[in-house]
Amino acid sequence: MSESPENLKYLSSHEWVKLEDDGSVTVGISDHAQDLLGDIVFVELPEVGQELGAEEEAAVVESVKAASDIFSPIGGKVTEINEKLLDEPDLVNVSPYEDGWFFKMQPDDLESLKSLLSSEEYTNSQES
Amino acid sequence: MVDFHGWAMPINYGSQIAEHQSVRDNCGIFDVSHMTILDFKGEQARDYIRYMISNDVDNLKEDCDGLYSAMLNESGGVIDDLIAYKMPFGYRLVVNCATRGEDLKWLSSHLNGFEVKMIERDDLSMLAIQGPRSEQVISLCSNLPISLLKNKKRQQGAVNGETFIAKTGYTGELGFEVILPNANAQDLWQEAVAAGAEPVGLGARDTLRLEAGMNLYGYEMDESISPLECNMGWAVSLEDSAREFLGKEAFLAKKDSNNNPVLVGLLLKERAIIRSGHEVYLDAEKTIKGIVTSGTYSPTLKQSIALARVPRTNKEICYTEVRGKLLEARIGKPRFIKEGKFIF
Repeated sequence: MSESPENLKYLSSHEWVKLEDDGSVTVGISDHAQDLLGDIVFVELPEVGQELGAEEEAAVVESVKAASDIFSPIGGKVTEINEKLLDEPDLVNVSPYEDGWFFKMQPDDLESLKSLLSSEEYTNSQES
Repeated sequence: MVDFHGWAMPINYGSQIAEHQSVRDNCGIFDVSHMTILDFKGEQARDYIRYMISNDVDNLKEDCDGLYSAMLNESGGVIDDLIAYKMPFGYRLVVNCATRGEDLKWLSSHLNGFEVKMIERDDLSMLAIQGPRSEQVISLCSNLPISLLKNKKRQQGAVNGETFIAKTGYTGELGFEVILPNANAQDLWQEAVAAGAEPVGLGARDTLRLEAGMNLYGYEMDESISPLECNMGWAVSLEDSAREFLGKEAFLAKKDSNNNPVLVGLLLKERAIIRSGHEVYLDAEKTIKGIVTSGTYSPTLKQSIALARVPRTNKEICYTEVRGKLLEARIGKPRFIKEGKFIF
């Protein structure tokens, strides 16, 4: 059974968002998503400073099986990317919620986080 | 698990890449019982097989020797690829699961006029044990005629009762394929795993065969593709010019025209993956086109590799588009890894 921590918000397209103490957010993909993708072998990340709209294509993961777009859960400006993923893409498989994060951003509007799915809603959305 | 033409088969047991690596470094075991096994008996089994397939079974000297072949239609397209073995009772063909229905129809429709009987052996299972340590694993398994395999080369085998073992495979490594009664397959699987063989699923089977440059039916070839267009010309034997076989005329006509597209290997430098169906271009203006037949991430090279059918060319570089970006790929022979070594 794949996990989806309760302190995170989710998109039905499998991205998670974590609100940090400083008001920035961290974005990654869920345990369920990495499990569906299988071994991840390449990751393309956005650029620092890039402005992203909500649900805009932000990154790409390539697994042995397929390529998938990763969407920005909310609008904002990219402040940091996880460059470790370029050399160790399997961190996404091994540690989807910790070492396998994709990018951090300064959100335009924290209110929009509220419209995202809770852990329970995300889990239910995958079962239906 | 996926439904693979009616068989429930695992894409992977755990990590596909780890399974791939276990075959390159150590030993893996595959359940390939989905493959269709057909036995041919009767006075004219030899004549019939020589007529039906492109390679010549007269080149098989001893019992249990095998060869790779195509089975062609009248217009020279590939109905299937297969391994043919000379057996004490006649001949055995191991054909694909995906093409089983078409193969049976085609083979049955030509039985008339030959003193031959075709028997589908669904009472038999097939396990492939592959990798540099496969010989050691095999030697630890009971009830296999391994003493008879001494001095046998690749594509040769041995049989004891209903248990057949041959030095064949679909990985580019030293390996064995064992055909045995369904009732005994589980025991052999468990013995091999206890001896150190790692279970390997369909996912790694595909990346291994692609690194080895081996064709997959429905991708590199189908009924509209000539062996000349999928690097299988070598599996069409013209040595005995008196031998008539299905598709011969069409094959010779295409061979004489000498302007057929060819199968090449592609190696991508950038961090992206070329996949089946992508177009490739021999020029940056994108006017001379080819098509990727199979493409994947090579776990051994940690780069994308592909097989592609392209117009004949001396060029060393081609272009392919991945997510809107034009990327350069190196063109080479349609094979990448043999026995763990880079040979592209």
